[in-house]
Amino acid sequence: MKIETRTVNGVTILDVSGKITLAEGSADIRKSVRALLDAGRTNILLNLGDVKYIDSSGIGELVSSFTTVTNKGGKLKLLNLTLKLRELLAITKLLTVFESFDNEDEAVKSFS
Amino acid sequence: MSQEIISEIHLTLFSDIKYLEVVQSVSDSFSSLAGLEGEDAYWVGLSIREAVTNAILHGNKDDSSAPVKLSFRQASDKLIVTVKDQGEGVDESKIPDPLNPDNLLKPGGRGIFLVKSFMDNVFFNTPEEGGNELVMEKFFKEGVKK
Repeated sequence: MKIETRTVNGVTILDVSGKITLAEGSADIRKSVRALLDAGRTNILLNLGDVKYIDSSGIGELVSSFTTVTNKGGKLKLLNLTLKLRELLAITKLLTVFESFDNEDEAVKSFS
Repeated sequence: MSQEIISEIHLTLFSDIKYLEVVQSVSDSFSSLAGLEGEDAYWVGLSIREAVTNAILHGNKDDSSAPVKLSFRQASDKLIVTVKDQGEGVDESKIPDPLNPDNLLKPGGRGIFLVKSFMDNVFFNTPEEGGNELVMEKFFKEGVKK
């Protein structure tokens, strides 16, 4: 898994690629999010368009990241869900928890 | 349970998550040989991965010396996969429902739920020789079986 960070109009975008699985170190997402919160960056957008595979551990990391950011008064949203990830979030009822977008501009604007 | 088995593969691994990719490869290859394709093969692979993760972390309590034994069997109408660990078994009534609003934001507890969502039959066995066995079955769609 690879995570690259960039900022657009005050929103920190994490471009995640590869596999978000237990074996691939799914906890790296949570660590990255915590580091952003420590730096005072509380508007976070996870771009998951290049995620090739995710397991329940990876889903759990998304949930953990979401609750951590929310508890700090911030917002964490999702961008570019793959069909497989969307299906997983649907059957686990997490689509009702996460705000997700297919367009980056719209996603960034939603934080303001 | 008597049914003709067309082909089968057995795999034994020590309890280390580094073997999950091996399990995934075997699962994908066996599914392909059995004629399972596309979405079905993908979700079967994820289900097996979740089952083995549970066997390593919960059944064998992350004891790297404890084996996880898998069998992949192809019958005329379905794929049958068993995952056996050295644990004491699972009381299904005590598995929390991850869809319960109280559990929705918990980081874990979705593995078996996903297995049950994507496989057609899922049940636990307690073999006489000890340990715990999870059996998963996926029926072939009409016209797919060989």
